[in-house]
Amino acid sequence: MKQHYQLAVIGAGPAGLAAATVAAEQGIEVAVFDGQVAPGGQIYRAMESIPQHRGSQLGDEYQRGRELVSAFRASSAKYFPETQVWSLNGRREIGLLLQGQAHTVTADQVVICSGAIERPVPFPGWTLPGVMNAGAGQILFKAHGIVPDDGVVLAGSGPLLLLLAWQYLHAGVSVKALLDVTPMINHLYALPRLPRALLAGHYLTKGMQYKRDLKRAGISTLHNVRSLRAQGKDALQSVSFLHRGREQNLETAVLLVHFGVIPHTQLGRVAGCRHVWDESQLCWRPQLDEWGRTSVAGILVAGDGGGIGGARSAEHAGRLAALQALYALGTLDRATRQRLARNDRKWMREESHIRPFLEAFFRIADDMLQVADDDTLVCRCEEVSAGQIRAAVADGHRDSNQVKFLTRCGMGPCQGRQCAEAVSHIVADASGKALQDIGHYRQRPPVNPLTLGQLAGLHSEKTE
Amino acid sequence: MFKRLDNPAQNSVNVTINGQPVQVPEGETVAAAVLVHGLPYTRTTPVSGAPRAPFCLMGVCFECLMVIDGIANQRACMVQVREGMRIECQQGVGELLS
Ligand SMILES: Cc1cc2nc3c(=O)[nH]c(=O)nc-3n(C[C@H](O)[C@@H](O)[C@H](O)COP(=O)(O)OP(=O)(O)OC[C@H]3O[C@@H](n4cnc5c(N)ncnc54)[C@H](O)[C@@H]3O)c2cc1C
Ligand code: FES
Repeated sequence: MKQHYQLAVIGAGPAGLAAATVAAEQGIEVAVFDGQVAPGGQIYRAMESIPQHRGSQLGDEYQRGRELVSAFRASSAKYFPETQVWSLNGRREIGLLLQGQAHTVTADQVVICSGAIERPVPFPGWTLPGVMNAGAGQILFKAHGIVPDDGVVLAGSGPLLLLLAWQYLHAGVSVKALLDVTPMINHLYALPRLPRALLAGHYLTKGMQYKRDLKRAGISTLHNVRSLRAQGKDALQSVSFLHRGREQNLETAVLLVHFGVIPHTQLGRVAGCRHVWDESQLCWRPQLDEWGRTSVAGILVAGDGGGIGGARSAEHAGRLAALQALYALGTLDRATRQRLARNDRKWMREESHIRPFLEAFFRIADDMLQVADDDTLVCRCEEVSAGQIRAAVADGHRDSNQVKFLTRCGMGPCQGRQCAEAVSHIVADASGKALQDIGHYRQRPPVNPLTLGQLAGLHSEKTE
Repeated sequence: MFKRLDNPAQNSVNVTINGQPVQVPEGETVAAAVLVHGLPYTRTTPVSGAPRAPFCLMGVCFECLMVIDGIANQRACMVQVREGMRIECQQGVGELLS
């Protein structure tokens, strides 16, 4: 494969597809690397292969991806599917794994469009087989037409949970209950943000329509649910929770949970980009300027990977980052960059109106974020409990990296993807320090696993 | 636990799951295939030996590590089924550096 590109785009979701298409239109050499088998990212997953009836069960937002994917396919951007990016550094050297072989390429400009992951919120029993993310349920549905047997329970908070319930309804999957853990008090905090949200009223209308449809179909939705607990010996058997002061129990083999989404920041961190704590979105995100530039020269971030803005916003951010990359490459002059950016800026602003409201409305309760139950495993890989982390803080360890070295929390195969945020919350709460000061785990390559054989192959490729 | 909505009319491939022969639609991931097959767990943890199963299906939780064609520590949600593939549960650390 070619060793150098003018622009490398990592991720083929709405942000990456839009970035690559715009850049390729200007005649530069663009490569797009993505781990999935086909373009679309999370929202438009399996867009090209999905049977028509299933596509319509997913709703009209999903259909929108078709245009984006076909414009990308028609462009001159070189597309590498099933390609894992395992490293990136400040010299813009990119480590790739494709077809079992490791390669490195370099690029003058890099746009990271790695998207979001679902916010991991540890709760008692969340490691039991049968407990999965709602997004995982949606991936099975989109990509493979696979759904849970009847009687699935959905729990958590956020628009995606509602969307999945609605999509299941349309696919004829019977949902036993939807347990909404959103604290009632959020309504109060979200209220002042409502007027601005009304500027993007179509999102609110859609949400209410989903709720109405679920209600009409007789799906039981319980609000203000607390003390969620998954139970079973070697696999999930039931879900217990508090509702209106009463303990309840539902038998089920599958529980799909969702607590919102947070940026997937692994690559930006391994490249040394500065990250900040976002108090409204309750997550770490790269510090970016209005074009998506990070603190590292030539590396940009666009889409949900830079802070959660949703799929439409990701598309605009992708184009803006591409325009900046084109400007840095000397392909566009300053005035042209500004002019071409105008439309996307305007639409990005429109898209942003709904966010502060959603963030306040669906904010997860502090006791869940801080994992109140001491016995709950926070680190799924190394099996470190919330109590062990609190004990480490009591011993004087007051930042994420200290806690990591002491407890091994975050040292397993997932490299802290599933525990970093929870550890930040727990340490901040137990130490009284600000979240920003707790810091995030230091990240080292490879961010995706490589075998020794694959690394050795890389070496021989370089010395050939 | 999980079922396929459409009859898998498309081409299928033959794999084994813990030694048992199974037909799986082409293009499906190993994780999807074992979930439909009803495998109760896909790995046990190195620390306590607890059973685990796929959690995120997008490559970020590493709960779906399995031994595929003899190679341990493969994320089953990132690998597509292939004709003749041998899929096995992973016990503990697997062979770390295969
Ligand atoms: C599971 C899940 C399901 C979602 N479903 C919806 C939905 O139905 N509707 C909705 O409005 N929003 C949904 N979202 C929110 C979603 O993030 C969208 O807002 C949108 O997809 C964001 O676009 P993006 O381009 O920023 O990233 P994404 O669409 O997430 O695309 C990122 C791409 O980068 C790839 N990638 C990441 N890291 C690497 C790496 N190291 N190497 C190679 N490739 C990499 C990923 O495989 C992915 O294809 C979902 C989020 C998640 C996590
Ligand atoms: S299920 Fe999470 S990595 Fe495969």
